[in-house]
Amino acid sequence: MLTKRIIPCLDIKNGRTVKGVNFIDLKDAGDPVALAKLYAENGADELVFLDISATVEGRKTIFELVLQVAEQINIPFTVGGGITSIDDVAKLLKCGADKVSLNSSVIKRPDLINELAAKFGSQCIVVAIDAKLIDGQWMVHLAGGRIPTKWNLFHWAKEAENRGAGEILFTSMNNDGTKKGFANNALKKLSEELNIPIIASGGAGNPQHFIDAFQKGKADAALAASVFHFGEIDILDLKKELKKNNIEVRL
Amino acid sequence: MNKKTLKLVIIDYGAGNIKSIQFALKRLGVEALLSNKPTEILTADKIIFPGVGEASSAMNMLKKKGLDLLLPQLKQPVLGICLGMQLLCNHTEEGNTKGLGVFDVSIKRFSNQVKVPQMGWNTITNLKSKLFNGISENEYMYLVHSYYAENCKDAIALTQYSLVYASALQKNNFYGVQFHPEKSSLAGEKILKNFIEL
Repeated sequence: MLTKRIIPCLDIKNGRTVKGVNFIDLKDAGDPVALAKLYAENGADELVFLDISATVEGRKTIFELVLQVAEQINIPFTVGGGITSIDDVAKLLKCGADKVSLNSSVIKRPDLINELAAKFGSQCIVVAIDAKLIDGQWMVHLAGGRIPTKWNLFHWAKEAENRGAGEILFTSMNNDGTKKGFANNALKKLSEELNIPIIASGGAGNPQHFIDAFQKGKADAALAASVFHFGEIDILDLKKELKKNNIEVRL
Repeated sequence: MNKKTLKLVIIDYGAGNIKSIQFALKRLGVEALLSNKPTEILTADKIIFPGVGEASSAMNMLKKKGLDLLLPQLKQPVLGICLGMQLLCNHTEEGNTKGLGVFDVSIKRFSNQVKVPQMGWNTITNLKSKLFNGISENEYMYLVHSYYAENCKDAIALTQYSLVYASALQKNNFYGVQFHPEKSSLAGEKILKNFIEL
């Protein structure tokens, strides 16, 4: 049976791992390659590297990092942050990234999804969506949640799927950094309305939150950062706990 | 086989994440050569035929380099990975593409009763080849694909996703795996090692 995936996310700034609380206050949590290796050995199913400085500043160091990660780890990984062109994607895939995650650039120019899917295949195109619940509506935001858009989460996710996205990474801005659980209602709706995998992000605080994201939120994968980086949750222990709750995982 | 003198060629025809395969082999002590030159391919001890992306455009790239005629003639062990495996089959529904016809099986699209692509870790069972020496039944492999090979006489591993399909194939010197051994942790590395040591 296809298993549910646990994905540590490494936010990268100037080649170092950081994690923001509600995307502001940044804390240094280590060397990305060493951390990636540790996670791969400790049962992570996949990794995500998000260059969070990207949309605001430059992002040249990421290619070297991607090469180093590809050289040293034996599980799949996604790279995101500031990717704006076919050329960026070609370079990242060539350095050994398995998938790329796009956010602002595909909101600004949705045709980019079609172009990337046609050139590289849907399987490597992840569309990341940051959304905030405002007056009962899940609204898509850009630039780490600072800029609102006209898009409703569900409409945009469906649009991305129709244009060739292979996966959706949904971050709830309301839940992110709170450690109070994932946005399970929105996740469930996404999972039921779309026919591509959904990665839950934002709000992980304890193992029960992951159980809920899979059972209530019907997510295909769950992503978290600080709870893993600061050792609050051990991935192997988490997966054993999931297994105990009849959730299929790779152990 | 001596890893230092082994000539392993990864066919470089413009489709796929070749770097990951190259790095995985390097972790096993093998320096692979990337090439699309017939002379290099013909003189290799082992050949890996990768592939990621869309079938018809990958087949066109293969044809442009004249490799569509060369590949089925090879006598040394050949390992097709993911789309590489699919292109070694008779036909694929993706872009209604004629394959190289090594494996006598067709490639179909998963039904929409399940999420497509299948993405993530799934088990392989009914293992039937030296390629799987030391690999236990129900081992997890990493898969990303929308199309699958039907269960057939060349199947050497099966996987379930809405139906039971062939996740690995073998015919004579040709091997094909739908999963990505280069991304499937230690078990995947073991399969690559088995291929090197065939």
